[in-house]
Amino acid sequence: MVKDRNWYLVPYVVFIVLFVVLPIVLIVYYSFFDIHGDFTFENYIKFFTPVYLKMALSSFWYAFLITAFSLLIAYPTAYFLTKLKYKQLWLLLIIVPSWINLLLKAYAFIGIFGTYGFANAMLETFGIGRQQLLFTDFSFIFVSVYIFIPFMILPIYNALDKLNPSLVDASKDLGASNWTTFSHVIFPLTLDGVKSGCQVVFIPALSLFMLTRLIAGNRVITLGTAVEQHFLVTQNWGMGSTIAVFLIIIMVFIMVISGSRKRGIKL
Amino acid sequence: MKRKFKPSTIYLAIVFVILYAPIFYLMYYSFNSGGKMYAFESFTWEWYGELLSDTRLLIIVLNTIIIALLSAAISTIIGTLGAIAVWYIRKNKMKNLLLSLNNILIVSPDVVIGASFLILFTFIGIQLGFFSVLLAHIAFSVPIVVIMVLPKLQEMSPSLIAAAKDLGANRYHVLTKVILPYITPGIFAGFFMALTYSLDDFAVTFFVTGNGFTTLSVEIYSMARQGVSLTINALSTILFLFTILLVIGYYFISKRTNANGRMFGLGARK
Repeated sequence: MVKDRNWYLVPYVVFIVLFVVLPIVLIVYYSFFDIHGDFTFENYIKFFTPVYLKMALSSFWYAFLITAFSLLIAYPTAYFLTKLKYKQLWLLLIIVPSWINLLLKAYAFIGIFGTYGFANAMLETFGIGRQQLLFTDFSFIFVSVYIFIPFMILPIYNALDKLNPSLVDASKDLGASNWTTFSHVIFPLTLDGVKSGCQVVFIPALSLFMLTRLIAGNRVITLGTAVEQHFLVTQNWGMGSTIAVFLIIIMVFIMVISGSRKRGIKL
Repeated sequence: MKRKFKPSTIYLAIVFVILYAPIFYLMYYSFNSGGKMYAFESFTWEWYGELLSDTRLLIIVLNTIIIALLSAAISTIIGTLGAIAVWYIRKNKMKNLLLSLNNILIVSPDVVIGASFLILFTFIGIQLGFFSVLLAHIAFSVPIVVIMVLPKLQEMSPSLIAAAKDLGANRYHVLTKVILPYITPGIFAGFFMALTYSLDDFAVTFFVTGNGFTTLSVEIYSMARQGVSLTINALSTILFLFTILLVIGYYFISKRTNANGRMFGLGARK
């Protein structure tokens, strides 16, 4: 096999270097320059001022809430789905909405949460009265959870589907209650699915920016919004890169703790 | 039937209703002559007419489709070669390194990908526009294709290739007569995935599209920022029907490859 040179590697390695390694190197490089193109550590110092730290923290908090609510809704859904007769078909139906352009769904919520929209009409019929729904934290989290639910359901569904049912039977035979079976057998065995689901939701949730603009009306500023702002509005690429570097670090960190080095492929 | 009233059925029903409600909400109001996303007045095709007479929007749709097809085709070629390359590597360290780098593009937040490509293109000196968007779409699709094709290669028995070589096949023949036919379903799935990712992408495109060029997602974004326009609703109805067609196509491909679970939802890339 020594003579068999792996020529297939050439285009792929060129690709990896050009579109993975080089962009990361460039973004780190740019993070050391200020808006005038002078070398500086200013951006990093600025990142650790209360303004940016608060933004990072609130970003984390929102991403955490979005992930937690998605998980809370997705786990039972995935669990019940595996019990259905035509589960593959139902799963496909869960996936279909995730294929509709994200912006169209966000746009739909502009209508639904609008002053005269469906949500307010419902509130009125229940006697609560009209509320300002659009441009609130609630609408931002609701829409984000809506968008991420299918991505959370999938890995959990896959994990549940692979679970050997005789383990559940054994647990019940041995006298465990439904809850004990769930918390000691089913949940621990599907933890991998939960982890990859959380990873798939948390990282994008940190960096959503179109939703913060369309649904939260710039009230919520996530790290992603800040990156977009710096790159496309204020043209301060250095600061934008610095925030992007932090996003990369957070991403790597999450990948490591959720142990996706082995499983990342299967997601 | 007792089953009808099971709490689990009700729960699932609620989830399904919530998942589909916004989409049908959009479609419903696309027929509203009132021009708003509330207070349905009467049925009209007006917005569809407006949509079809909007040449600028139609050109954008065409652009989006061209970008999607081209980027999916090119990334399928590079990705398939990449998968074969990774599969050929004997050293585990090297293999893991390449796959980790590959995965970076899959799990990275879109904003980071978009921003870093914007820097890259300005650094190399590529003008923002059609070409930069195409390159960006190829770039984020290749890793997906690799991930789709690799499992097919791994399940292929090595003795197949040994047999082909014993029977006198050269490298080219091994590739075209043995490897490629075997992994065709994976390649199709990769192509399909790349296509949908490209059609769906907003954030990355938003960063690397210059002033002159837009794709549908970016256009919808700027339209939606200006408020409600029922042309968007009409457009979303058409896109929904188109998506259903894609789903049906995808369903059949995935049935052929028997790998449903693996093929869906690699990430929330939007």
